[in-house]
Amino acid sequence: MTSRRSNILIFILIFLVAIGAGFFIAPKNFGAKYLPWRLGLDLVGGTALVYEVDLTGIDSNKYDEMVSSLRAVIESRVNQFGVAEPKVTIAKKGSKYELLVELAGIKSEDAAAQIGATPTIDFRELKDLGNGKVEIVKTALTGRYIQNATLSFSSTNQPVFNFELKDEGPKIFEEITARNIGKKLCIFVDDNFIFPATESDPNGPAKSCPNVNEKISGGRAQISGGDITIESAQKLVERFQAGALAVPIKLINQRDVNASAAADSLTKIIIAGIVGTLLVMFFMVINYGAQGLIADMALLIYTVLTLAIFKLIPGFTMSLSGIAGFILSIGMAVDANILIFERTKEELKRGLARESAIAEGFRRAWSSIRDSNISTIITAIILYYFTSSFVKGFALTLGIGVVMSMFSAVYITRILMRIVTRNKTNNQ
Amino acid sequence: MINVIKYRWVFLGISAILIALSIFALTNFGLKEGIDFTGGSLWQLKVNATPTEISNFFENDLKLPLSSISHDESTGVYSLAFRDITDAERNSAMDLIKKEFGEDVEEVDFWTVSPSVSAETKNKAFTAIGLVVLGISLFIAYAFRKVSRPVSSWKYGAITLLTLVHNVVIPAGAYALMSHYMGISIDTNFVVALLVVMGFSVHDTIVVFDRIRENITKARSVNLNEIINKSVSETIRRSINTSLTLIIVLLTLYFLGPLSLKYFVLTIVIGTTVGAYSSIFVASPLLGLAQGKKSSNR
Repeated sequence: MTSRRSNILIFILIFLVAIGAGFFIAPKNFGAKYLPWRLGLDLVGGTALVYEVDLTGIDSNKYDEMVSSLRAVIESRVNQFGVAEPKVTIAKKGSKYELLVELAGIKSEDAAAQIGATPTIDFRELKDLGNGKVEIVKTALTGRYIQNATLSFSSTNQPVFNFELKDEGPKIFEEITARNIGKKLCIFVDDNFIFPATESDPNGPAKSCPNVNEKISGGRAQISGGDITIESAQKLVERFQAGALAVPIKLINQRDVNASAAADSLTKIIIAGIVGTLLVMFFMVINYGAQGLIADMALLIYTVLTLAIFKLIPGFTMSLSGIAGFILSIGMAVDANILIFERTKEELKRGLARESAIAEGFRRAWSSIRDSNISTIITAIILYYFTSSFVKGFALTLGIGVVMSMFSAVYITRILMRIVTRNKTNNQ
Repeated sequence: MINVIKYRWVFLGISAILIALSIFALTNFGLKEGIDFTGGSLWQLKVNATPTEISNFFENDLKLPLSSISHDESTGVYSLAFRDITDAERNSAMDLIKKEFGEDVEEVDFWTVSPSVSAETKNKAFTAIGLVVLGISLFIAYAFRKVSRPVSSWKYGAITLLTLVHNVVIPAGAYALMSHYMGISIDTNFVVALLVVMGFSVHDTIVVFDRIRENITKARSVNLNEIINKSVSETIRRSINTSLTLIIVLLTLYFLGPLSLKYFVLTIVIGTTVGAYSSIFVASPLLGLAQGKKSSNR
């Protein structure tokens, strides 16, 4: 009796947890307020952009630093789109880095242009080659050292462009200015000479680049006079403030999903999942009667508990393939029950009493249940580590689903069966 | 009792024919690779036009020859694959398409992959296939590690692997057929589907073989064919039922689920069905044959 009472208690506990999980996973009310579902682009529509980070010519010790500053800049840009939950992630692939930008609910024609066509800023000095010819030489000072830029006006109401450098920027700038006193220093954006004259200026940099009047220490400088207009200074401030990319990036992969088509996919797969689950439950009752009902009960508990686990995984995003993986795991979850019930039938035929036949069924079916799930778990783990993000979701939900199903089919079903069979023996 | 041994040549013959057809389809039609393996752009558009009209328009007016085109009649959505294009090219193409086919043309999905990414994806797919085959082989070796007489354990393992190949080749052949006649190309999803089939298909074979070993140790007289028939009869219901539950959810996904998962699901349906068949009607007769020869040699 005591063991039966404890079985009932355990079941009530599991049942209450399942009810709590049910509220937790509901897309409305409580579930939506507390930790709402994160849905992938293929379910809400939007744009995913993958950029390759070009790190050629950069000291490998500085890769991490470069990449994280790149990420910060892209994030600040992405935030301007006003997307609810923009995701900017960096993935290291062998010796390369990739930058992944996910924007829910917006089309890439707006986004890709603004993120992809990002300026790279660098300062260049002029080397006199004689005969009035000059060569433009890149310096170590690039956009990654820019802290801030502003536009102000002098006492004579002329526009003044101010900028501020960070990290080693002030030191590099000091060295550059020291060796260029009385000479010109140019600012290039995207390899184009833009300041302050226009690109079409026939005299080019030699004429219109700002003069270096003195050695500048401390990393603060201003440019004024000459050809500077309010427009050109304003444009430069924007470029500087948006955060210049220290390293160039290249768009290598793009996915753009229409929002209504995505919503349609979501509805369809949820309906398919519910209908599929009901059909499996029906199948179990037809084949195994009352035992089938117990398996169905365990299946429902399995479904809500597993969904709750997915929701609790930090940063977990449910994608279309993720839901597909979970639905497949529902089809497999009752497999363990089938193995147990069939084994129990055999033990009954052999003449065992009902209670010991069930115990024997569970005991003997276990090795088959374990073995039959291991190969799927192997597949899921390998898929998780060796594929792109779209498949990862599938591998994760399938893997977790299969592990959880072993728990539900064996543990929850056994508790329920014990409660029910004890009842029968008591009635006899 | 089901007599799989008596009709083994029928069952093995059916498998042999299916395998031959699959290999024929694979070698003759090949598998057309999708843009995630070759690089390029995949554009899904809802257009009211015939496939020929669209294909001609893309080739002649847009100068974007299609590498593949498929059409879903229920939704009117076309999936078109061509070289990778930029957003600017796509916008101007969209303007021209709307001019030609009407303003109600709707963009469902746009996906572009550069050649460097596709090379890596392909590489990873092959790595994943290799590792899954290795992992499952090791697991099979582990599952059948115990010595059993009169059938040595490596035979169980070798036949399980053989049925695994059987279960993968047939859906791959079916895919080659679809690829040829319906313009579907293989992508990462196809590889994932085959790997999932590999994972699933060894389940049932292991269950049957486990039972054969159990019955061998119990039986007094060792007539392997009898034991095989007995074991298959005892396990056939669970083999069929466990596969059926999976096929039920797969078929609902196929008929009610979204378009983008259709061929992924179909591949797994074919693989699971073939897997259930092979565990009952192929693996066990093969075990009998492998052992039968050895006994007569003695």
